[in-house]
Amino acid sequence: MTQQETRALQIAATKIRLGVIEGVYHAKSGHPGGALSSSDILAYLYFQEMRIDPQNPEWEDRDRFVLSKGHAAPGLYAALANRGYFPVEELGTLRHIGSRLQGHPDMKGIPGVDMSTGSLGQGVSAACGMAKAAKLMGKDYRVYALLGDGEIQEGQVWEAAMFAGHQKLDNLCLIVDNNGLQIDGNIEDICSPYPIDEKFAAFGFATINIDAHDYGQIADALAQARQTKDGPTAIIAKSTKGKGVSFMEGQASWHGTAPNEEQYRQAMGELQKLLEAYEGGR
Amino acid sequence: MAEMKKKATRESYGEALAELSGTCERLVVLDADLAAATKTGVFKKACPGRFIDCGIAEQNMMGVAAGLAASGMIPFASSFAMFAAGRAFEQVRNSIGYPHLNVKIGATHAGISVGEDGATHQCDEDIALMRTIPGMTVINPADDAEARAAVRAAAGYAGPVYLRFGRLAVPCFNDPASYRFEWGKGIVLRDGQDVTLIATGLMVWRAVEAAELLKEEGVSARVVNIHTIKPLDRELVLRCAAETGALVTAEEHSVIGGLGEAVCSAVCEGCPAPVLRVGVEDVFGCSGPAVDLLEHFGLTAQNLAAKARAAIALKKH
Repeated sequence: MTQQETRALQIAATKIRLGVIEGVYHAKSGHPGGALSSSDILAYLYFQEMRIDPQNPEWEDRDRFVLSKGHAAPGLYAALANRGYFPVEELGTLRHIGSRLQGHPDMKGIPGVDMSTGSLGQGVSAACGMAKAAKLMGKDYRVYALLGDGEIQEGQVWEAAMFAGHQKLDNLCLIVDNNGLQIDGNIEDICSPYPIDEKFAAFGFATINIDAHDYGQIADALAQARQTKDGPTAIIAKSTKGKGVSFMEGQASWHGTAPNEEQYRQAMGELQKLLEAYEGGR
Repeated sequence: MAEMKKKATRESYGEALAELSGTCERLVVLDADLAAATKTGVFKKACPGRFIDCGIAEQNMMGVAAGLAASGMIPFASSFAMFAAGRAFEQVRNSIGYPHLNVKIGATHAGISVGEDGATHQCDEDIALMRTIPGMTVINPADDAEARAAVRAAAGYAGPVYLRFGRLAVPCFNDPASYRFEWGKGIVLRDGQDVTLIATGLMVWRAVEAAELLKEEGVSARVVNIHTIKPLDRELVLRCAAETGALVTAEEHSVIGGLGEAVCSAVCEGCPAPVLRVGVEDVFGCSGPAVDLLEHFGLTAQNLAAKARAAIALKKH
């Protein structure tokens, strides 16, 4: 990956993070922690990886993305807005009455949202259905689904994993945002899903462990997934919850809490400074 | 009455799907290890390339169906009513209902006529559950011709549909040559002035039999077949309330939340008249032969006739 490409991704990811804070602050509710931990992956998928056309969100041959951890919606919305699906200014309407930016993704209302999600464990099954549809219709699009590491405590995830492995859905790539924290605390203390890679491998997945904030590793993993035949891929992406905002990093308490005005100013200040540094270095 | 041919509507379901396989190229059928019982095995034989056995995982099956529909396919997801509507309720609500995806749920073995398997498999709550999902169409065919027609109509309709079929063979009283399925429209099977029997599913023919019993006593009973419980043919129900002044509903489902309550709501709001409900009372089912169970739980022509007399007595003169 060229330095220029890396810089463009850093800028995109920082804009996504700014959008997350903007949305959650104005909504006075929402989930910043898991949206920030997955912002780099969202940036890579929407600005580098996926075959998509923001002018034609319903394009039949587009790659699909399912945000199975639907509470990271502010991150998805910020990625879509910055990619040109709808105005960035709309991000501040998150969770307001009359806004199409629902608390969790609504495919009927928001251009670019491929599946309505929010109730954990369900998106991954829909992603399997989309991948199976491509096989049935002879299409070459790929399907990506982002899961939370807490989310995989849901039994439906493993029903879907068994299905994906059995159906040899090599056009399906799951990415687990492994930030290590869920609402009640550390995932290892609540009900440990580890070892995550071995569990997916047991269901027939090729598994890759990466750093969720390293674009080179994300690029390599997704390239490897594309080349994998006869089975799905699971990328376990070790991330930092709240990544990019100093006081949110590594704190379970920021799973579903909105910043107050002072915290909002600090978070926006930190991210703006980061953005200026990236843009200055371009 | 001459002996009529009998057939379970689940058989009609499987056969109708197989017939559609030739003309509907986006049709795909899913099952959860019950293809022999739900009769989707008939489709599998006709069109193995578009049959997906998801294994014993109904929640995933509903989500897979949602993903297939979101990608332009027309999936029919099949299981027993207990698992399709019950176990996978939240998946149906959130992954299919909320995004209003074009998924058809083919739920067989509904009601107590499942028989010997007993209460764990006898779903008397599915109509109630499915009715509460915004935008969900709920269809409960009464016989073979109606079930086939309903499957064809559902395949041609854009949106989620819950189709309810039975395990027990029931009389084929509709003539397949002349039968016409109209989405959301009830069918007046016989006219009458004193009371209306509004029935769905396997209770429709029992309502016709009840009307015969009532006729012998000089009571003129109208019989209405409601195959589409949601959206309800409110206009027809209110007309019956106005013209006959008393109604009895009949369904192989709990008296809570099903056709009976749907009719009660419509009548209460639009044309108040006494409505008595025949269905499974607020109890769980039990093991036994299907026909004996229907009698045990009062789902009989005799009980319908008795309720009809009681409803007539409640009329304000």
